[in-house]
Amino acid sequence: MRSYSFVLNGRPVTVEAPADMPLLWVLRDLLGVTGPKYGCGVGVCRACTSHLDGAEIQPCTVPVADCADRAVTTIEGLADGDTLHPVQQAWLDGDVAQCGFCQPGQIMAAAALLARTPHPTDADIDAIENVCRCGTYPRIREAIKKAAKNGS
Amino acid sequence: MDRREPRQAAAGPSRRRFMVYTVAATTLTVAAPLGCDPSRADGATPPSDVLVTGTDEEMLVLEVTAANEVVVRLPRVEVGQGITTAVAMMIAEELDARLADVRIPLADARSKGNQYTGGSSSVSSLYGPARQLAATARARLVTAAARRWRLPAHVLRTRNTEVVAPDGRTATFGSLTASAARIRVPDVSSKPKPASRHRVIGKPTTRIDARDIVTGAAKYAGDLAVKGAKPTVVARPPTLRGRLVSLDDTAARALPGVHAVVKLPGGVAVVAETFHHAFQARDALRITWADGPLVPLSDRQIRSRLRAAVPRLAAPPHGSTQIEGEFAFAFVSHAPMEVLTAVADVRADRAELWFATQTPMDARETLAGLLGLPKTAVRVHVLRGGGSFGRRLTFDAAIEAALVSKAAHRPVKLMWSRGDDIRHGRMRPADHHRIRASVAGGRVVAFRHMSASVAESSDEKGLTARSAAVRPLPSDSGLYDFGRVGGDSGGIELPVPLGAWRSVDSGTMRTAEEIVVDDIARALGRDPVAFRRTTLRSRTVKAVLAKAAAAGHWGRTMPAGTAQGVAVHEEYGSAVACLAEIDATDPKNPRVTKVVMAADVGTAVNPRGLEAQLMGTAVDGISTVLRAGLHIDRGAVREGSFADFHYARQRHAPLVFEAHIIPSGGEPGGAGELGVPAAAGAVANAYVRATGRKPRSFPLDF
Repeated sequence: MRSYSFVLNGRPVTVEAPADMPLLWVLRDLLGVTGPKYGCGVGVCRACTSHLDGAEIQPCTVPVADCADRAVTTIEGLADGDTLHPVQQAWLDGDVAQCGFCQPGQIMAAAALLARTPHPTDADIDAIENVCRCGTYPRIREAIKKAAKNGS
Repeated sequence: MDRREPRQAAAGPSRRRFMVYTVAATTLTVAAPLGCDPSRADGATPPSDVLVTGTDEEMLVLEVTAANEVVVRLPRVEVGQGITTAVAMMIAEELDARLADVRIPLADARSKGNQYTGGSSSVSSLYGPARQLAATARARLVTAAARRWRLPAHVLRTRNTEVVAPDGRTATFGSLTASAARIRVPDVSSKPKPASRHRVIGKPTTRIDARDIVTGAAKYAGDLAVKGAKPTVVARPPTLRGRLVSLDDTAARALPGVHAVVKLPGGVAVVAETFHHAFQARDALRITWADGPLVPLSDRQIRSRLRAAVPRLAAPPHGSTQIEGEFAFAFVSHAPMEVLTAVADVRADRAELWFATQTPMDARETLAGLLGLPKTAVRVHVLRGGGSFGRRLTFDAAIEAALVSKAAHRPVKLMWSRGDDIRHGRMRPADHHRIRASVAGGRVVAFRHMSASVAESSDEKGLTARSAAVRPLPSDSGLYDFGRVGGDSGGIELPVPLGAWRSVDSGTMRTAEEIVVDDIARALGRDPVAFRRTTLRSRTVKAVLAKAAAAGHWGRTMPAGTAQGVAVHEEYGSAVACLAEIDATDPKNPRVTKVVMAADVGTAVNPRGLEAQLMGTAVDGISTVLRAGLHIDRGAVREGSFADFHYARQRHAPLVFEAHIIPSGGEPGGAGELGVPAAAGAVANAYVRATGRKPRSFPLDF
């Protein structure tokens, strides 16, 4: 077993793990960071969506070895202290969540979208693949538009 | 906590409907029995003055802490329906507490009372007791302040979790709780407010746990750090209810991080250091499975057997013409985002479990029986669930976790994989419908609905088999003035895991009927909304239909290949209408572009929460009609993840969603499941009108 160092939510961490261990289980089972959720393990439901060097990833399909010396951000690291990220604030204002389980991933996907496309179209939002089994999609769409407006 | 006999026990049950007990404690604690008739909630029977110590076993318990928090341990589960927020609002309303000061932890499994979450009954069952409870606490707090300040109680006011005197002095509830706990007869009324004075109930309110959710702080079973609880997954057979023939776990046990391998009735569990190690070891097990009992069957045979099981329609009324439709609905997975997960710590003399469950009392009793422990030695902590839709009526993962923990002599955190969930999880039963409307003289003179559904066979039951499936009942709702209305149901039994799915039988029964209502209107040359308006019996249903039609601009000109559709539904003491617009210019890939719903649920405690529930049912309607179902191939479920179980994504959800809540002062009805049949019916009807096709098998993309 090798050790891997990366920056997690702004802090350096080092873990001992098999090279092929998915980042999701490194986060959840070794580091106790439980915001990213398991929903399928194959990158389809995207409940675990997080950021690697600012870009969207599904940690259930990214081996820890690929994260070495890079920056991982999970939902826990998105806010600036007590100040929510504009996407989180829009989610809160719009009361988007129902069961809440997919929402960390939804928020991280939306934040990544807005980082690369500050003014997304409906088609851009339609391209988000994250599953919400409660069906909060219309509120997600509204929250993304609101965050885009507030972020500009 | 000491126990005393109820002082007013002799008064008999009629006077005790909304009796609120005082639980002896050093802080003010009051309790209201559940299961009483909520129709008496407006104080027709005065609450008892004082009283009695009780255990909190069967009650809704409210406590005011010295830290000025109001805590109500809720005997329900939060799975996204917003019940904790709705109850917090009821409590804040009657206590005049700030919503932020109200905490609603979920109660552990009890041994008495009503701790069932289901049937869209939570708000209606709690609305009376919760308000009475808080109003009683308020009266005592006011009385305690009056005695402290030597003022008449009636001059005092409450607001923001404080009592306020006319001279501006304030005392927090927390500072009064100890003295309030000693008050026996309050000096002011304990009657809940009239609805006209509601400031919290009825106001659109954001979920009390919204911030926890958006920051990732909300904890589900898999997020718990129970000391020593090791990740556990289960190898399951390729076919439904396949049996273990032989197991070679040498290679799996040799892998790093593997703690135990345990045989279970439905598979083989691996306990390991992390879920990564557990999945790897699971895949390294060498198992020979025997085919499950369903192997001779695939969808085609199941469907033809279902069709054959539909009771025959009797001869129609003489001289009438017939409008007939046959409809088939596929099996559907519940597929909550949080897969079934349970933490179990089973010792020789006791057990403790943590999981999300709609039926904690059943779970506790079943687990105690399986483990050979007295019920009192089994603690079940109810956790928030990541969705349910009926899936958490049964507690399959908790049973497995308990058995594994017992066998491995260690705490475990057992999680189903998504593949387990879809291939071996419970399903909404497939069913088949034959509906016939008989028309004479421009009116419907008879309406018959025959159906057949799959029931879970009682043999071949594994330990996890607890069928919640019920056979559909014939439609006798009398929703429409359709002359002689009736029907009958048949069924086939299969060894498949089934479970009640949001809106249960209505999800298919009423959807099929709403499609036929459109067919009748078309045959009579009538507009679907106008036809419903003249044939619906209930003014409430007519009113929600009128609202949805007006708000959704029913009848507006639409381009070719696109159309509107409507449907209505009435259940749980509530009524709903849905108007859907669909773009089916590519009939193979239709998109619902807009949904407008209108609902009358009586008093809507939290209109924002109600809107969310309706939104969810709209997406359920879109999914079950257009996209999402399960196939059975030679005894196995074909689908295995969200890649092939096509529940709607953002690109299938409406671009515009509106919910209109009809103002109503009535008792709250149910709302969580209400919208499914109306949404599904409206989507199907819009599709018919856009394409001219007559879909008869759902989902359409099968």
